[in-house]
Amino acid sequence: MNENLKFIQGNEVCVEAALYTGLDFFAGYPITPSTEIMEHMAKRLPKIGGKFLQMEDEIASLCAIIGASLTGHKVMTATSGPGFSLMQEALGYAIVAEIPCVIVNVQRGGSSTGIPTHVGQGDVMQARWGTHGDHAIIVMTASNHQDVFAITVDAFNMAETYRTPVILLFDEVVGHMRERIFIPKKGEISLVERLRTSVKRGVDFHPYLPREDGRLPISDFGGVHRYNVTGLVHDMWGFPSDNPKIAYGLVRHLVDKIQNNTDKIARYKEYYLEDAKTILISYGSAARSALHVVENRRGRGEKLGLLELQTLWPFPHSLVQEKCADAKYVVVVEMNTGQILQSVKICVDRPERVFLANRIDGVFITPTDIRNILRLIEGKGV
Amino acid sequence: MAIKDYIRERFFPHIWCPGCGHGMVLNGLLRAIEKIGLDKNEIVMVSGIGCSARISGYVDFHTMHTIHGRALAFATGIKMSRPELKLIVPMGDGDALAIGGNHFIHAARRNMDMTAIVINNRVYGMTGGQFSPLSGYGTMSTTSPYSNIDHAFDVVELSVAAGASFVGRTTTYHAQQMADILGQAIIHKGFSVVEIMSQCPTYFGRKNRLGSAIDMLEHFKENTTPIGSKAKQKNPDLIERGIFVQKKIPEYCDEYKKIIERAVKD
Amino acid sequence: MERHRLVFSGSGGQGIITAAVILAEAAVLHENLIAVQTQSYGAEARGGATRSDVIISDSAIYFPKVNQPNVLICLSQEAYNKFSPIIRPGGLLITDTRYVKTYMKVDARQRELPMYQTVMEKIGKPIVFNICMLGALIGLTDFVKSESVKKVLKTRIPSDFLEINEKALDLGIKLGNAYK
Repeated sequence: MNENLKFIQGNEVCVEAALYTGLDFFAGYPITPSTEIMEHMAKRLPKIGGKFLQMEDEIASLCAIIGASLTGHKVMTATSGPGFSLMQEALGYAIVAEIPCVIVNVQRGGSSTGIPTHVGQGDVMQARWGTHGDHAIIVMTASNHQDVFAITVDAFNMAETYRTPVILLFDEVVGHMRERIFIPKKGEISLVERLRTSVKRGVDFHPYLPREDGRLPISDFGGVHRYNVTGLVHDMWGFPSDNPKIAYGLVRHLVDKIQNNTDKIARYKEYYLEDAKTILISYGSAARSALHVVENRRGRGEKLGLLELQTLWPFPHSLVQEKCADAKYVVVVEMNTGQILQSVKICVDRPERVFLANRIDGVFITPTDIRNILRLIEGKGV
Repeated sequence: MAIKDYIRERFFPHIWCPGCGHGMVLNGLLRAIEKIGLDKNEIVMVSGIGCSARISGYVDFHTMHTIHGRALAFATGIKMSRPELKLIVPMGDGDALAIGGNHFIHAARRNMDMTAIVINNRVYGMTGGQFSPLSGYGTMSTTSPYSNIDHAFDVVELSVAAGASFVGRTTTYHAQQMADILGQAIIHKGFSVVEIMSQCPTYFGRKNRLGSAIDMLEHFKENTTPIGSKAKQKNPDLIERGIFVQKKIPEYCDEYKKIIERAVKD
Repeated sequence: MERHRLVFSGSGGQGIITAAVILAEAAVLHENLIAVQTQSYGAEARGGATRSDVIISDSAIYFPKVNQPNVLICLSQEAYNKFSPIIRPGGLLITDTRYVKTYMKVDARQRELPMYQTVMEKIGKPIVFNICMLGALIGLTDFVKSESVKKVLKTRIPSDFLEINEKALDLGIKLGNAYK
């Protein structure tokens, strides 16, 4: 038996991947369907000398990991809808203060407290715009355990590269489902480590002056450089400012560092797109049902393809445009009222040919649900 | 080291109103730190939002100016990840006990080594004079224009009940005692709370006809008394000053070290 | 190989999900097969209807839920009432005689086994009811070898309880064989 072969829940895969990157600090608050992440962290972290905190709520959980990240640690928290709502203020803080961290949202069904033990994908737009003010954000997802691992590692790498929070938008099905996974060996996936400043003690350090390549070297709290971190608009030393030039420059920097790298951040998988007449676009667990339909129909010779998005934000506009250029129909498969649908419609030449196959009742979307929409598009009865 | 070496001089004069007590608290805090002889690189100051939160900008430590009410949660993450650092968290009354009330009691319960300073001027100053959870019944403010019917917390009683292992109270009038209690709180191993009754002549003083800053300081002098004094027995309305709790109980980061040992063996 | 689609159902606290996980894990870790296991449950930790789906195959599994099971196991009346109509024609329906009173004819092999009764008579501890059920399933079918399941039990069950679990598994297998 291969010792790297495991049969575990997606939530546990996420933990394995986070530890693989060198994460050693986690704070969280229990909430279905993400709780297994914190349970595994509670068990695993002390074994490697890492720190685990159960905080009083999700607000405090995100605040605590932001604090720990500033001292030089790789950090994460995990939650679900209601907890993710509570995190929005601190999320904005981490964006503006440019503090790397990873936030997992294992989506449940419904809005508000919803259907906690069921599935949904209704937090896509919240992940993009949930915190107030202009900003950019990286949001990633995956549909199977091997990809959950890879994408989680990617999320940590991107958090370090762009000095930003990264949101992992998983869902109940992926989180709770068990399937096989091969845990990659050490070194198999490359890791991005914290970029620390080379400015020596006693030399003026500018914590918020990006390098030529856009990256922002940090000095850990407790180190030789004492500086200020704030959520207020700030200058290159991290001190508050209401200078319009500085305010403009900060917003542009925060947005551009992510939007201008959309192509580099885009992760996706494609199946049979080369000659596909109908393209399904899906993500997260819904992509499994989409792929099921595609594989079945390909077996019957039908020209169906799947574009599985793993980076949802920044939305890979040019990728979707290019892949869908020759498609007769595009069907977005998601478990919400069409949150990615809108972005897809903006990208394609003929938005009237973009359709939605969805489910919003807490029930996992089935291949039959998708087939019914395909039949309607093709002018056949359901 | 001179007091001046602890501040970021280029940001002075500070933003506080004339007569405000916040500068006096900053003064007392720096004197305490100087007396202990802490290195600037080992101190992290975390603040939330409000007039009090601006203290962090003026001190030459590692400083983090965070979001309203959550300073203790950020500080918890920093301390847990680097237990050798000294955490000082100045907060206003609204910051600490309204929006941050939950974080406050849980931080006290957890007993992680840090010092929470509640600068109590009984009003939201930054937003222009609304009542806070420490304003008290019968006080006037812009949001209690017909008198306040909200009752106030007693910071000391709340902290004791929540499990803080060090609890003290003083006022801006009692500058020596302030520096002394702050010093002991910083040295204390565990979660320490120091309430400093402070004056906001601009809003609380004006709305409640308490006179000038000097008048308000006089008021602190006349209406407070050392813990267990005879004066208190005669006049129970006097507010006690001093150290109410100073006990040795297991500190969180120390306890966590034991968890690591246990987990590694397991 | 034929794709096996199983639905385990019963009430919360019966160990339904654990049994499903053990079976699927045995297939993946010890028989080089592909398997997925999902579950749906209510908010209750005990009571309430529980369902766990397992698909075992030798090729990739995308849609992880079971719409029509080849094998349906019902350990509570509520689960039987709810799920018996979804069984695939020609499938296998396993119920426990103590918990389920069958009243419908389904187009499937129906096996009513005294699993709970056997566990109580021979072991006296209801906690291993689910493992006995797993044994019965293995006895009735040949999806996964009993040795593979025993290997999983060794890693999942605390050593103090291993013996009674193995015993329950064997009892189940015997029962399953007898009703084959």
